[in-house]
Amino acid sequence: MRAVVDDFNRSQDRIWVEFSSTSHINRKLMLSIGGGVPPDVAGLFGNTLAVYAENNALTPLDRLAREAGIHGEDYVPIFWDICHHLGHLWALPSSPACLGLVWNKRIFRENGLDPDRPPASIRELEQINDRLVRRDAQGRLQSIGHLPSEPGWWPAIWGWWFGGDLWDGKRITLNSPGNLAAMDWISTYPRRFQSRELLSFRDGFGNFASPQNAFFTGRVAMVLQGPWIHTFIEKYAPPGFEWGVAAFPAADAATPAPITLVETDVLVIPAGARHPREAFAFIRYVNERAAMEKLCLGQRKFSPLREVSADFFQKHPNPHIRTFLDLAKSPLAKHVPPLTLWAMMESDMKQAFGKVWSGAAQPQPALEEVQQHLQAEYENHQRRWSRLADTLQRQWDAP
Amino acid sequence: MSAADLRRLGTGFMFIAPWLVGFLALSLYPFLSSLYLSTCDYSVLAPAVWIGPENYTALSRDPIFWKAAGNTVLFAMVSVPLGLVLSFLLALLLNAEIPARGFFRTVFFLPSLMPLVCLAVLWLWLLNGDLGLVNACLRPGLQTLSDLLGWHLSAPNWLQDPRFALAGLVLTGIWGVGHPMVIFLAGLQEVPRHLYESADIDGASRWQKLRHITLPMLSPVIYFNGIMALIGCFQVFAVPYIMTEGGDGPERSLLFLATYLYQHAFEYWNMGYACAIGLFLFALILVLTLVASRISSRHVHYEGA
Repeated sequence: MRAVVDDFNRSQDRIWVEFSSTSHINRKLMLSIGGGVPPDVAGLFGNTLAVYAENNALTPLDRLAREAGIHGEDYVPIFWDICHHLGHLWALPSSPACLGLVWNKRIFRENGLDPDRPPASIRELEQINDRLVRRDAQGRLQSIGHLPSEPGWWPAIWGWWFGGDLWDGKRITLNSPGNLAAMDWISTYPRRFQSRELLSFRDGFGNFASPQNAFFTGRVAMVLQGPWIHTFIEKYAPPGFEWGVAAFPAADAATPAPITLVETDVLVIPAGARHPREAFAFIRYVNERAAMEKLCLGQRKFSPLREVSADFFQKHPNPHIRTFLDLAKSPLAKHVPPLTLWAMMESDMKQAFGKVWSGAAQPQPALEEVQQHLQAEYENHQRRWSRLADTLQRQWDAP
Repeated sequence: MSAADLRRLGTGFMFIAPWLVGFLALSLYPFLSSLYLSTCDYSVLAPAVWIGPENYTALSRDPIFWKAAGNTVLFAMVSVPLGLVLSFLLALLLNAEIPARGFFRTVFFLPSLMPLVCLAVLWLWLLNGDLGLVNACLRPGLQTLSDLLGWHLSAPNWLQDPRFALAGLVLTGIWGVGHPMVIFLAGLQEVPRHLYESADIDGASRWQKLRHITLPMLSPVIYFNGIMALIGCFQVFAVPYIMTEGGDGPERSLLFLATYLYQHAFEYWNMGYACAIGLFLFALILVLTLVASRISSRHVHYEGA
């Protein structure tokens, strides 16, 4: 991003952008807006837009985008969708990603599997999984094909590959049949391997960003990951590490299109920013093709723009970047629900997953518990939101 | 009040002004503010909307809050006595005439100087179920016991298993016994020698001297260390937060009131609810401190009192 900021500063002499790299931006931006000293532009995670927007902490960009000739047709549809909430445009994308099945080709080959043929359904994934299980002389797990808890960053969304969803627009649907089927699948692991053994096996993994990463050491052959994995493979995996990327398989092999989670970092103008027009000039610059491709090449991501330069993929260091982009374009690509209680949902689902994973709870009661909790929280939130909604909508709709 | 009295009062206020300003701005105002905000729907950015006791009603029905409160109380109940006993025993040992006493005092005090983040990361590895040093030490003993008794005993997955996660955190806390140990040591040096000499003349045993001289003379120090440890335990945050990577631990076994407060304030944007949790925590610590003070009036002996 720093290189793009420098380019922008060189490209004109009216606006100067000072780049500041900040950790925990989500919390710090909240405090800076609350304190009345927000930056003019901020980079956020797309899944936090709902909570910022509903707290009136962002500047709507509809009019500025219209004036600048920026339209939804310029983007891969899901990114335009992520940037909208309650009928308004709050951000433009900066650095996108999505998830796919990443597998270790060497392990496939060494076990008599076709290294270029990933599993096409959950059933196939489990057949491969069984084939790749290795134990030591004491019977302890040494390696496995796939482990839903590795790296375990998205415990809330397994239901998507089983036809489930987290929210239907009106109510929380964590106990829907698809989510229940996913939890049933999760519950097969402690039954097959003993939860204690699974915990002990996973305890032996090193940090994600280290050569001891279980995927790089071959202890886990298939993981759910995004395009950033390439950076870590280059840095930490053994030389000549062979890997492939495909859609993570759905439970139903006949699912018409790949299912994936799409995420993106976004650029926003915080409420109370002193130079909104200048801020938007910068956001607009980043969303021009040349700047966006420079940013995405630098961050090893794909571009969220519909049009991509002919040489973008040739220059891209990640050999599988086109696969990730295709996944993001899938009609079944999803983003996390635009709910202010997303963080709570993530935390609750992590607990439900943990209970089922350890064998402490059955899938249905585990999901019913979080469903009940989150539905009550959702209704509370809707009640509170109704006190502010009309006023804020009028304010955002004002010309 | 005469002009001279007023002048003296003004001078007095001038002397305490730095503290007074700090107290008003950094303690009283935030306290009153959170008292008000605990009765509001408040997210920091949207204007606070007064909702009466709704946050407290929700709190009373929130099972996660009660889980966090239970964990906090249990952690304090185990950690405080254990820490006090260990630090007291260490202080007794290091107060004895042993070779290289200064060296050992330094060695036992050093771990308590470690920053909490380093402590948490270090113990994450020490308590690792597969590769951790704690389990590497436990395994031979457990194996021997298993062979002897015919049981199948295995070392726990400390931070992954909800039955052991809290115990793992208690172990981590033991590294902090250096601070109370130093205070105990200072207290031990203050016990008048003539009391022990009189007891020796009367033929008192070591245990009797400990029971009837050392403990009563150290009671104000025990009380002080106890209260400080109690407050520290009720505010435990950084170490479990880092150990669980910002989460709650398995089955929320490492979720404490301070963590739950933080989650609501900065992750769920429920600052009003977080204020209600904060005030509950404040009331809990206040009540327990008052109870401890009441008990101390009977058992704490001040020299010269």
